[in-house]
Amino acid sequence: MRLLNRHPSRPTAILLAALPFAVVLIAYAIGSEIRLAANPQDKLLPAPGAILDTAIRLFTEPNKRSGEIQIWHDTWASLRRLALGVGSGALISLILGVGIGLLPYVRRGFSSFVAVISMVPPLALLPILFIVFGLGETSKVVLIVIGITPFLIRDLSQRVLDIPHEEIVKAQTLGASTWVIALRVVLPQILPRLIAGVRLSLGAAWLFLIAAEAVAAEQGLGYRIFLVRRYLAMDIILTYVIWITLLAFVIDYALKVLARRAFPWMEGGL
Amino acid sequence: MSFVSVRNVFQSYDRRPILERVNLEVEEGEFVSIVGASGCGKSTFLRLLLADETPTRGTITVAGGAPAREPGRERGVVFQRYSVFPHLSVRDNIVAAESFPTGWGWFRGGKLRAARGRADEVLERIGLAHVAGNYPATLSGGMQQRLAIGQALHARPRILLLDEPFGALDPGTRVSMHEFLTDLRAETKMTVFMVTHDLAEGFKLGDRVLVFDKTRWDPDFPEAYGATITFDFDARDHGVPYQRILDKIPSLAAAAMPSPA
Repeated sequence: MRLLNRHPSRPTAILLAALPFAVVLIAYAIGSEIRLAANPQDKLLPAPGAILDTAIRLFTEPNKRSGEIQIWHDTWASLRRLALGVGSGALISLILGVGIGLLPYVRRGFSSFVAVISMVPPLALLPILFIVFGLGETSKVVLIVIGITPFLIRDLSQRVLDIPHEEIVKAQTLGASTWVIALRVVLPQILPRLIAGVRLSLGAAWLFLIAAEAVAAEQGLGYRIFLVRRYLAMDIILTYVIWITLLAFVIDYALKVLARRAFPWMEGGL
Repeated sequence: MSFVSVRNVFQSYDRRPILERVNLEVEEGEFVSIVGASGCGKSTFLRLLLADETPTRGTITVAGGAPAREPGRERGVVFQRYSVFPHLSVRDNIVAAESFPTGWGWFRGGKLRAARGRADEVLERIGLAHVAGNYPATLSGGMQQRLAIGQALHARPRILLLDEPFGALDPGTRVSMHEFLTDLRAETKMTVFMVTHDLAEGFKLGDRVLVFDKTRWDPDFPEAYGATITFDFDARDHGVPYQRILDKIPSLAAAAMPSPA
Protein backbone atom coordinates (compact mmCIF):
# COMPACT_ATOMS: atom_id res chain seq x y z
CA MET A 1 0.00 0.00 0.00
CA ARG A 2 1.27 3.44 -0.88
CA LEU A 3 2.38 5.64 1.99
CA LEU A 4 0.01 8.40 0.93
CA ASN A 5 -2.94 6.03 1.25
CA ARG A 6 -2.13 4.92 4.79
CA HIS A 7 -4.14 6.63 7.50
CA PRO A 8 -3.41 6.39 11.22
CA SER A 9 -6.09 4.98 13.52
CA ARG A 10 -7.59 7.35 16.07
CA PRO A 11 -5.33 6.47 19.03
CA THR A 12 -2.27 6.62 16.76
CA ALA A 13 -3.42 9.99 15.45
CA ILE A 14 -3.69 11.42 18.98
CA LEU A 15 -0.30 9.99 19.85
CA LEU A 16 1.24 11.47 16.70
CA ALA A 17 -0.29 14.88 17.47
CA ALA A 18 1.17 14.80 21.01
CA LEU A 19 4.55 13.52 19.89
CA PRO A 20 6.21 16.80 18.73
CA PHE A 21 5.13 18.55 21.95
CA ALA A 22 6.55 15.73 24.05
CA VAL A 23 9.80 15.70 22.06
CA VAL A 24 10.32 19.44 22.57
CA LEU A 25 9.52 19.22 26.29
CA ILE A 26 11.81 16.23 26.85
CA ALA A 27 14.63 17.81 24.85
CA TYR A 28 14.30 20.97 26.91
CA ALA A 29 14.23 19.03 30.19
CA ILE A 30 17.35 17.06 29.25
CA GLY A 31 19.20 20.19 28.11
CA SER A 32 18.23 22.03 31.28
CA GLU A 33 19.27 19.03 33.42
CA ILE A 34 22.72 18.85 31.78
CA ARG A 35 23.40 22.59 32.19
CA LEU A 36 22.15 22.72 35.77
CA ALA A 37 24.26 19.67 36.66
CA ALA A 38 27.33 21.52 35.39
CA ASN A 39 26.38 24.83 37.00
CA PRO A 40 23.48 25.08 39.47
CA GLN A 41 23.46 28.88 38.98
CA ASP A 42 22.86 28.58 35.23
CA LYS A 43 20.08 30.93 34.06
CA LEU A 44 19.81 29.99 30.38
CA LEU A 45 17.69 26.86 30.67
CA PRO A 46 15.81 26.93 33.99
CA ALA A 47 14.28 23.64 35.10
CA PRO A 48 10.62 23.09 34.08
CA GLY A 49 9.71 22.99 37.77
CA ALA A 50 11.34 26.38 38.29
CA ILE A 51 9.41 27.85 35.36
CA LEU A 52 6.18 26.53 36.84
CA ASP A 53 7.00 28.10 40.20
CA THR A 54 7.75 31.42 38.49
CA ALA A 55 4.52 31.18 36.50
CA ILE A 56 2.43 30.60 39.63
CA ARG A 57 4.20 33.48 41.34
CA LEU A 58 3.67 35.79 38.36
CA PHE A 59 -0.02 35.05 38.08
CA THR A 60 -0.89 35.17 41.80
CA GLU A 61 1.53 37.33 43.79
CA PRO A 62 1.26 41.07 43.53
CA ASN A 63 4.33 43.14 42.75
CA LYS A 64 5.95 44.29 46.01
CA ARG A 65 6.42 47.88 44.90
CA SER A 66 3.13 48.61 43.08
CA GLY A 67 0.91 46.01 44.79
CA GLU A 68 -0.47 44.94 41.39
CA ILE A 69 -0.22 41.60 39.68
CA GLN A 70 1.88 42.71 36.76
CA ILE A 71 1.14 40.02 34.19
CA TRP A 72 -2.59 40.80 34.22
CA HIS A 73 -1.88 44.46 33.61
CA ASP A 74 0.54 43.59 30.84
CA THR A 75 -2.01 41.23 29.30
CA TRP A 76 -4.77 43.83 29.48
CA ALA A 77 -2.56 46.55 27.94
CA SER A 78 -1.41 44.28 25.11
CA LEU A 79 -4.84 42.82 24.35
CA ARG A 80 -6.31 46.31 24.26
CA ARG A 81 -3.74 47.44 21.68
CA LEU A 82 -4.23 44.26 19.71
CA ALA A 83 -8.02 44.56 19.71
CA LEU A 84 -7.92 48.24 18.73
CA GLY A 85 -5.39 47.60 15.97
CA VAL A 86 -7.02 44.49 14.54
CA GLY A 87 -10.51 45.98 14.96
CA SER A 88 -9.74 49.20 13.11
CA GLY A 89 -7.78 47.26 10.49
CA ALA A 90 -10.74 44.96 9.95
CA LEU A 91 -13.18 47.85 9.68
CA ILE A 92 -11.04 49.81 7.22
CA SER A 93 -10.38 46.74 5.10
CA LEU A 94 -14.07 45.82 5.10
CA ILE A 95 -15.08 49.22 3.75
CA LEU A 96 -12.25 49.50 1.23
CA GLY A 97 -12.38 45.81 0.28
CA VAL A 98 -16.09 45.95 -0.56
CA GLY A 99 -15.58 49.28 -2.34
CA ILE A 100 -12.71 47.99 -4.45
CA GLY A 101 -14.45 44.72 -5.20
CA LEU A 102 -17.82 46.19 -6.08
CA LEU A 103 -17.29 49.67 -7.54
CA PRO A 104 -15.15 50.08 -10.68
CA TYR A 105 -14.36 53.70 -9.80
CA VAL A 106 -12.97 52.81 -6.37
CA ARG A 107 -11.16 49.83 -7.89
CA ARG A 108 -9.37 52.04 -10.42
CA GLY A 109 -8.55 54.56 -7.72
CA PHE A 110 -7.28 52.29 -4.99
CA SER A 111 -6.21 48.83 -6.08
CA SER A 112 -2.73 49.74 -7.42
CA PHE A 113 -2.21 52.05 -4.46
CA VAL A 114 -3.00 49.25 -2.00
CA ALA A 115 -0.77 46.85 -3.96
CA VAL A 116 2.16 49.26 -3.60
CA ILE A 117 1.44 50.12 0.04
CA SER A 118 1.33 46.45 0.98
CA MET A 119 4.98 46.18 -0.12
CA VAL A 120 6.16 48.75 2.46
CA PRO A 121 7.71 46.87 5.40
CA PRO A 122 5.63 48.13 8.37
CA LEU A 123 8.46 47.83 10.89
CA ALA A 124 10.52 50.24 8.82
CA LEU A 125 7.75 52.77 9.41
CA LEU A 126 7.86 52.32 13.19
CA PRO A 127 10.32 55.21 13.82
CA ILE A 128 8.11 57.49 11.71
CA LEU A 129 5.07 56.43 13.72
CA PHE A 130 6.87 57.16 16.98
CA ILE A 131 7.86 60.58 15.65
CA VAL A 132 4.40 61.40 14.33
CA PHE A 133 2.16 59.84 17.00
CA GLY A 134 4.51 59.97 19.99
CA LEU A 135 5.45 57.04 22.18
CA GLY A 136 1.92 56.47 23.49
CA GLU A 137 -0.76 53.99 22.55
CA THR A 138 -1.56 55.47 19.14
CA SER A 139 1.70 54.57 17.46
CA LYS A 140 1.45 50.92 18.55
CA VAL A 141 -2.14 50.60 17.36
CA VAL A 142 -1.32 52.34 14.09
CA LEU A 143 1.60 49.97 13.50
CA ILE A 144 -0.75 46.98 13.78
CA VAL A 145 -3.26 48.68 11.47
CA ILE A 146 -0.59 49.46 8.86
CA GLY A 147 0.81 45.99 9.22
CA ILE A 148 -2.33 43.98 8.57
CA THR A 149 -4.73 46.25 6.65
CA PRO A 150 -3.18 46.06 3.15
CA PHE A 151 -3.25 42.27 3.28
CA LEU A 152 -6.85 42.25 4.51
CA ILE A 153 -7.95 44.75 1.85
CA ARG A 154 -6.43 42.70 -0.94
CA ASP A 155 -7.88 39.49 0.43
CA LEU A 156 -11.38 40.93 0.89
CA SER A 157 -11.55 42.78 -2.42
CA GLN A 158 -10.56 39.56 -4.18
CA ARG A 159 -13.28 37.69 -2.29
CA VAL A 160 -15.83 40.29 -3.38
CA LEU A 161 -14.68 39.84 -6.98
CA ASP A 162 -15.03 36.07 -6.52
CA ILE A 163 -18.76 36.41 -5.80
CA PRO A 164 -20.38 35.08 -8.99
CA HIS A 165 -21.44 37.88 -11.33
CA GLU A 166 -24.74 36.02 -11.70
CA GLU A 167 -25.61 36.77 -8.07
CA ILE A 168 -24.96 40.48 -8.50
CA VAL A 169 -27.05 40.57 -11.69
CA LYS A 170 -29.82 38.61 -10.02
CA ALA A 171 -29.95 41.12 -7.16
CA GLN A 172 -30.22 43.92 -9.72
CA THR A 173 -33.13 42.21 -11.45
CA LEU A 174 -34.85 42.07 -8.06
CA GLY A 175 -34.50 45.84 -7.91
CA ALA A 176 -31.63 46.18 -5.43
CA SER A 177 -29.59 49.39 -5.41
CA THR A 178 -25.79 49.43 -5.12
CA TRP A 179 -26.16 50.07 -1.41
CA VAL A 180 -28.57 47.16 -0.91
CA ILE A 181 -26.33 44.83 -2.93
CA ALA A 182 -23.36 45.81 -0.76
CA LEU A 183 -25.38 45.42 2.41
CA ARG A 184 -27.50 42.34 1.71
CA VAL A 185 -25.55 40.36 -0.89
CA VAL A 186 -21.86 41.19 -0.54
CA LEU A 187 -21.42 41.99 3.15
CA PRO A 188 -22.94 38.79 4.60
CA GLN A 189 -20.89 36.68 2.20
CA ILE A 190 -17.70 38.59 2.97
CA LEU A 191 -17.90 38.59 6.78
CA PRO A 192 -16.80 34.95 7.16
CA ARG A 193 -13.89 35.76 4.85
CA LEU A 194 -13.05 38.73 7.03
CA ILE A 195 -12.87 36.48 10.08
CA ALA A 196 -10.71 34.01 8.17
CA GLY A 197 -8.46 36.88 7.08
CA VAL A 198 -8.22 38.23 10.62
CA ARG A 199 -7.25 34.76 11.86
CA LEU A 200 -4.48 34.62 9.27
CA SER A 201 -3.19 38.09 10.10
CA LEU A 202 -3.26 37.66 13.88
CA GLY A 203 0.26 36.23 13.83
CA ALA A 204 1.51 39.36 12.09
CA ALA A 205 -0.52 41.54 14.46
CA TRP A 206 1.19 39.96 17.49
CA LEU A 207 4.56 40.43 15.82
CA PHE A 208 3.97 44.16 15.28
CA LEU A 209 2.52 44.56 18.77
CA ILE A 210 5.51 42.99 20.51
CA ALA A 211 7.98 44.84 18.30
CA ALA A 212 6.33 48.17 19.11
CA GLU A 213 6.17 47.36 22.82
CA ALA A 214 9.79 46.27 22.83
CA VAL A 215 10.89 49.63 21.51
CA ALA A 216 8.84 51.92 23.71
CA ALA A 217 6.16 51.14 26.28
CA GLU A 218 5.44 51.24 29.99
CA GLN A 219 3.32 48.13 30.07
CA GLY A 220 2.61 45.15 27.90
CA LEU A 221 3.65 41.58 27.32
CA GLY A 222 6.33 42.46 24.76
CA TYR A 223 7.62 45.27 26.94
CA ARG A 224 8.01 42.92 29.94
CA ILE A 225 9.86 40.28 27.93
CA PHE A 226 12.37 42.78 26.64
CA LEU A 227 12.68 44.37 30.10
CA VAL A 228 13.56 41.18 31.98
CA ARG A 229 15.91 40.14 29.17
CA ARG A 230 18.44 42.43 30.85
CA TYR A 231 18.48 40.16 33.92
CA LEU A 232 18.59 36.97 31.83
CA ALA A 233 15.31 36.01 33.55
CA MET A 234 14.59 33.12 31.25
CA ASP A 235 11.93 31.72 33.58
CA ILE A 236 9.88 34.92 33.27
CA ILE A 237 10.48 35.20 29.50
CA LEU A 238 9.41 31.62 28.93
CA THR A 239 6.31 32.06 31.07
CA TYR A 240 5.35 35.13 29.03
CA VAL A 241 6.04 33.37 25.73
CA ILE A 242 3.87 30.41 26.70
CA TRP A 243 1.16 32.80 27.93
CA ILE A 244 1.21 34.77 24.66
CA THR A 245 1.04 31.55 22.67
CA LEU A 246 -1.92 30.41 24.73
CA LEU A 247 -3.69 33.74 24.26
CA ALA A 248 -3.10 33.67 20.51
CA PHE A 249 -4.38 30.12 20.30
CA VAL A 250 -7.52 30.90 22.30
CA ILE A 251 -8.30 34.00 20.19
CA ASP A 252 -7.85 31.99 17.00
CA TYR A 253 -10.08 29.21 18.26
CA ALA A 254 -12.73 31.67 19.45
CA LEU A 255 -12.83 33.31 16.00
CA LYS A 256 -13.16 29.91 14.36
CA VAL A 257 -16.10 28.97 16.58
CA LEU A 258 -17.67 32.40 16.04
CA ALA A 259 -17.46 32.00 12.27
CA ARG A 260 -19.04 28.57 12.40
CA ARG A 261 -21.86 29.72 14.68
CA ALA A 262 -22.58 33.00 12.92
CA PHE A 263 -22.49 31.73 9.33
CA PRO A 264 -24.19 28.34 9.28
CA TRP A 265 -24.76 28.56 5.50
CA MET A 266 -21.00 28.28 4.88
CA GLU A 267 -21.27 24.53 5.55
CA GLY A 268 -17.71 24.12 6.80
CA GLY A 269 -16.35 26.11 3.89
CA LEU A 270 -14.09 28.03 6.27
CA MET B 1 -45.25 47.97 -31.94
CA SER B 2 -44.54 44.58 -30.45
CA PHE B 3 -43.79 43.93 -26.79
CA VAL B 4 -40.08 43.20 -27.11
CA SER B 5 -38.46 44.87 -30.06
CA VAL B 6 -34.86 44.23 -31.11
CA ARG B 7 -33.76 46.64 -33.84
CA ASN B 8 -30.60 46.12 -35.85
CA VAL B 9 -28.45 45.05 -32.89
CA PHE B 10 -24.67 44.59 -33.23
CA GLN B 11 -22.41 43.48 -30.43
CA SER B 12 -18.65 43.13 -30.51
CA TYR B 13 -15.94 42.62 -27.90
CA ASP B 14 -12.64 44.39 -28.64
CA ARG B 15 -13.74 44.86 -32.26
CA ARG B 16 -14.42 41.13 -32.53
CA PRO B 17 -17.98 40.87 -33.82
CA ILE B 18 -20.23 38.47 -31.91
CA LEU B 19 -23.67 39.46 -33.14
CA GLU B 20 -24.62 41.39 -36.24
CA ARG B 21 -27.90 42.74 -37.63
CA VAL B 22 -30.15 41.01 -35.11
CA ASN B 23 -33.79 41.96 -35.57
CA LEU B 24 -36.61 40.46 -33.59
CA GLU B 25 -40.17 41.26 -32.66
CA VAL B 26 -41.77 39.29 -29.84
CA GLU B 27 -45.39 39.57 -28.68
CA GLU B 28 -46.37 39.62 -25.03
CA GLY B 29 -46.79 36.12 -23.61
CA GLU B 30 -44.63 34.38 -26.19
CA PHE B 31 -42.10 31.74 -25.13
CA VAL B 32 -38.99 32.11 -27.28
CA SER B 33 -36.37 29.37 -27.25
CA ILE B 34 -32.90 30.32 -28.44
CA VAL B 35 -30.61 27.58 -29.73
CA GLY B 36 -27.31 27.43 -31.56
CA ALA B 37 -23.79 26.06 -31.42
CA SER B 38 -21.40 26.99 -28.62
CA GLY B 39 -19.97 30.46 -29.07
CA CYS B 40 -22.67 31.57 -31.50
CA GLY B 41 -23.64 34.49 -29.33
CA LYS B 42 -26.91 33.21 -27.89
CA SER B 43 -25.80 33.90 -24.32
CA THR B 44 -24.53 37.30 -25.42
CA PHE B 45 -27.97 37.97 -26.87
CA LEU B 46 -29.56 37.05 -23.54
CA ARG B 47 -27.20 39.39 -21.67
CA LEU B 48 -28.22 42.13 -24.10
CA LEU B 49 -31.89 41.44 -23.39
CA LEU B 50 -31.03 41.55 -19.70
CA ALA B 51 -29.24 44.89 -20.20
CA ASP B 52 -26.22 43.44 -18.40
CA GLU B 53 -24.41 44.59 -21.56
CA THR B 54 -25.31 47.38 -23.95
CA PRO B 55 -25.13 46.68 -27.67
CA THR B 56 -22.47 48.47 -29.73
CA ARG B 57 -25.23 49.38 -32.19
CA GLY B 58 -28.99 49.09 -32.26
CA THR B 59 -31.66 49.16 -29.59
CA ILE B 60 -33.67 46.72 -27.52
CA THR B 61 -36.92 47.99 -26.08
CA VAL B 62 -39.47 46.32 -23.83
CA ALA B 63 -43.09 47.51 -23.97
CA GLY B 64 -42.08 50.61 -25.90
CA GLY B 65 -39.91 51.96 -23.07
CA ALA B 66 -36.45 53.48 -23.44
CA PRO B 67 -33.56 51.01 -23.97
CA ALA B 68 -32.37 49.88 -20.52
CA ARG B 69 -28.80 50.59 -19.48
CA GLU B 70 -28.59 48.20 -16.54
CA PRO B 71 -30.53 45.18 -15.28
CA GLY B 72 -33.70 46.06 -13.49
CA ARG B 73 -36.91 44.73 -12.05
CA GLU B 74 -38.69 44.47 -15.39
CA ARG B 75 -36.30 41.71 -16.51
CA GLY B 76 -36.18 38.58 -14.35
CA VAL B 77 -33.40 36.09 -14.87
CA VAL B 78 -32.41 32.53 -13.97
CA PHE B 79 -28.90 31.36 -14.76
CA GLN B 80 -27.59 27.83 -14.96
CA ARG B 81 -25.95 28.29 -11.55
CA TYR B 82 -25.56 30.90 -8.78
CA SER B 83 -29.10 32.22 -9.23
CA VAL B 84 -30.05 32.14 -5.55
CA PHE B 85 -28.33 33.74 -2.59
CA PRO B 86 -26.43 31.10 -0.60
CA HIS B 87 -26.48 33.09 2.64
CA LEU B 88 -30.28 33.45 2.75
CA SER B 89 -32.69 30.70 3.69
CA VAL B 90 -35.07 29.42 1.02
CA ARG B 91 -37.88 31.55 2.44
CA ASP B 92 -35.71 34.68 2.70
CA ASN B 93 -34.59 34.17 -0.90
CA ILE B 94 -38.22 34.69 -1.91
CA VAL B 95 -38.64 37.59 0.54
CA ALA B 96 -35.59 39.21 -1.10
CA ALA B 97 -37.67 39.71 -4.25
CA GLU B 98 -39.85 42.08 -2.21
CA SER B 99 -37.35 43.60 0.19
CA PHE B 100 -34.41 44.35 -2.13
CA PRO B 101 -36.05 47.37 -3.81
CA THR B 102 -36.45 49.10 -0.42
CA GLY B 103 -33.88 51.56 0.90
CA TRP B 104 -32.05 49.17 3.21
CA GLY B 105 -33.13 45.97 1.47
CA TRP B 106 -34.59 44.77 4.74
CA PHE B 107 -38.02 44.23 6.29
CA ARG B 108 -38.74 44.26 10.02
CA GLY B 109 -41.65 43.48 12.27
CA GLY B 110 -45.08 43.17 10.70
CA LYS B 111 -43.83 43.86 7.19
CA LEU B 112 -41.36 41.00 7.46
CA ARG B 113 -44.04 38.66 8.78
CA ALA B 114 -46.38 39.60 5.95
CA ALA B 115 -43.64 39.16 3.35
CA ARG B 116 -42.69 35.79 4.84
CA GLY B 117 -46.33 34.75 4.69
CA ARG B 118 -46.48 35.61 0.99
CA ALA B 119 -43.15 33.82 0.48
CA ASP B 120 -44.61 30.70 2.09
CA GLU B 121 -47.50 30.82 -0.38
CA VAL B 122 -45.00 30.98 -3.24
CA LEU B 123 -43.02 28.09 -1.77
CA GLU B 124 -46.23 26.09 -1.41
CA ARG B 125 -46.96 26.64 -5.10
CA ILE B 126 -43.47 25.66 -6.27
CA GLY B 127 -43.33 22.68 -3.93
CA LEU B 128 -40.56 23.89 -1.63
CA ALA B 129 -42.62 24.58 1.50
CA HIS B 130 -41.01 21.67 3.35
CA VAL B 131 -37.51 23.19 3.04
CA ALA B 132 -38.45 26.83 3.70
CA GLY B 133 -35.95 27.20 6.55
CA ASN B 134 -33.03 25.46 4.83
CA TYR B 135 -30.10 27.09 3.10
CA PRO B 136 -29.91 26.61 -0.70
CA ALA B 137 -26.71 24.56 -0.44
CA THR B 138 -28.71 21.74 1.14
CA LEU B 139 -31.14 21.62 -1.83
CA SER B 140 -30.79 19.47 -4.93
CA GLY B 141 -29.98 21.15 -8.24
CA GLY B 142 -33.59 20.91 -9.43
CA MET B 143 -34.94 22.42 -6.22
CA GLN B 144 -32.42 25.25 -6.40
CA GLN B 145 -33.53 26.08 -9.95
CA ARG B 146 -37.18 25.91 -8.92
CA LEU B 147 -36.37 28.35 -6.12
CA ALA B 148 -34.52 30.60 -8.57
CA ILE B 149 -37.52 30.65 -10.94
CA GLY B 150 -39.94 31.26 -8.04
CA GLN B 151 -37.74 34.10 -6.78
CA ALA B 152 -37.49 35.69 -10.23
CA LEU B 153 -41.26 35.48 -10.80
CA HIS B 154 -42.07 36.85 -7.32
CA ALA B 155 -40.54 40.16 -8.45
CA ARG B 156 -43.20 40.23 -11.23
CA PRO B 157 -40.89 41.00 -14.17
CA ARG B 158 -42.23 41.95 -17.62
CA ILE B 159 -39.99 39.34 -19.27
CA LEU B 160 -38.27 36.28 -17.85
CA LEU B 161 -34.84 35.32 -19.18
CA LEU B 162 -33.52 31.80 -18.70
CA ASP B 163 -29.89 31.03 -19.49
CA GLU B 164 -29.64 27.25 -19.85
CA PRO B 165 -31.67 26.91 -16.67
CA PHE B 166 -31.81 23.12 -16.76
CA GLY B 167 -28.35 22.52 -18.23
CA ALA B 168 -26.86 21.18 -15.01
CA LEU B 169 -29.78 18.88 -14.13
CA ASP B 170 -30.15 15.15 -14.71
CA PRO B 171 -32.68 14.07 -17.38
CA GLY B 172 -35.44 13.02 -14.96
CA THR B 173 -35.31 16.28 -13.02
CA ARG B 174 -35.21 18.14 -16.30
CA VAL B 175 -38.53 16.63 -17.44
CA SER B 176 -40.23 17.52 -14.15
CA MET B 177 -38.80 21.05 -14.42
CA HIS B 178 -40.33 21.31 -17.91
CA GLU B 179 -43.73 20.49 -16.44
CA PHE B 180 -43.15 22.95 -13.61
CA LEU B 181 -42.27 25.72 -16.03
CA THR B 182 -45.20 24.91 -18.35
CA ASP B 183 -47.63 25.07 -15.42
CA LEU B 184 -46.18 28.34 -14.15
CA ARG B 185 -46.41 29.82 -17.60
CA ALA B 186 -50.02 28.81 -18.00
CA GLU B 187 -50.68 30.66 -14.74
CA THR B 188 -48.69 33.83 -15.34
CA LYS B 189 -48.78 34.30 -19.16
CA MET B 190 -45.19 35.48 -18.90
CA THR B 191 -43.00 36.45 -21.85
CA VAL B 192 -40.03 34.09 -21.68
CA PHE B 193 -36.69 33.88 -23.47
CA MET B 194 -34.81 30.66 -22.88
CA VAL B 195 -31.32 29.86 -24.12
CA THR B 196 -30.75 26.12 -24.34
CA HIS B 197 -28.37 23.57 -25.80
CA ASP B 198 -31.14 21.03 -26.02
CA LEU B 199 -33.07 21.32 -29.29
CA ALA B 200 -35.85 19.01 -28.10
CA GLU B 201 -36.27 21.12 -24.97
CA GLY B 202 -36.40 24.27 -27.09
CA PHE B 203 -39.19 22.90 -29.30
CA LYS B 204 -41.06 21.32 -26.41
CA LEU B 205 -41.32 24.49 -24.34
CA GLY B 206 -41.11 27.27 -26.90
CA ASP B 207 -43.71 28.94 -29.08
CA ARG B 208 -40.85 30.02 -31.30
CA VAL B 209 -37.38 28.61 -31.72
CA LEU B 210 -34.67 31.00 -32.86
CA VAL B 211 -31.44 29.62 -34.26
CA PHE B 212 -28.30 31.72 -33.99
CA ASP B 213 -25.56 31.09 -36.53
CA LYS B 214 -23.07 32.86 -38.73
CA THR B 215 -24.32 33.70 -42.19
CA ARG B 216 -20.87 34.53 -43.51
CA TRP B 217 -17.78 32.49 -42.84
CA ASP B 218 -14.16 33.28 -43.69
CA PRO B 219 -12.09 30.08 -43.41
CA ASP B 220 -8.89 32.09 -42.95
CA PHE B 221 -10.39 34.29 -40.26
CA PRO B 222 -13.26 32.54 -38.46
CA GLU B 223 -13.77 35.47 -36.12
CA ALA B 224 -14.31 37.95 -38.93
CA TYR B 225 -18.12 37.83 -38.79
CA GLY B 226 -20.71 37.67 -36.06
CA ALA B 227 -23.81 35.54 -35.77
CA THR B 228 -27.40 36.46 -36.31
CA ILE B 229 -30.83 34.80 -36.23
CA THR B 230 -30.80 32.37 -39.14
CA PHE B 231 -34.06 30.52 -38.48
CA ASP B 232 -37.23 31.48 -36.68
CA PHE B 233 -39.38 28.36 -36.32
CA ASP B 234 -42.98 28.30 -35.27
CA ALA B 235 -42.87 25.68 -32.53
CA ARG B 236 -46.54 25.72 -31.56
CA ASP B 237 -48.81 22.79 -32.41
CA HIS B 238 -45.97 20.33 -31.71
CA GLY B 239 -43.76 21.99 -34.27
CA VAL B 240 -46.05 21.39 -37.23
CA PRO B 241 -45.94 24.66 -39.16
CA TYR B 242 -48.71 26.68 -40.77
CA GLN B 243 -51.44 25.29 -38.48
CA ARG B 244 -52.68 28.79 -37.78
CA ILE B 245 -51.94 30.48 -41.05
CA LEU B 246 -55.65 31.10 -41.61
CA ASP B 247 -55.83 33.17 -38.42
CA LYS B 248 -53.03 35.33 -39.68
CA ILE B 249 -54.22 35.78 -43.22
CA PRO B 250 -58.03 35.55 -43.22
CA SER B 251 -58.26 36.30 -46.91
CA LEU B 252 -56.58 32.96 -47.50
CA ALA B 253 -59.44 31.24 -45.71
CA ALA B 254 -61.90 32.73 -48.13
CA ALA B 255 -59.78 31.60 -51.05
CA ALA B 256 -59.19 28.12 -49.65
CA MET B 257 -62.79 27.38 -48.76
CA PRO B 258 -65.11 29.09 -51.21
CA SER B 259 -68.37 29.60 -49.51
CA PRO B 260 -70.99 27.16 -50.76
CA ALA B 261 -73.13 29.70 -52.47
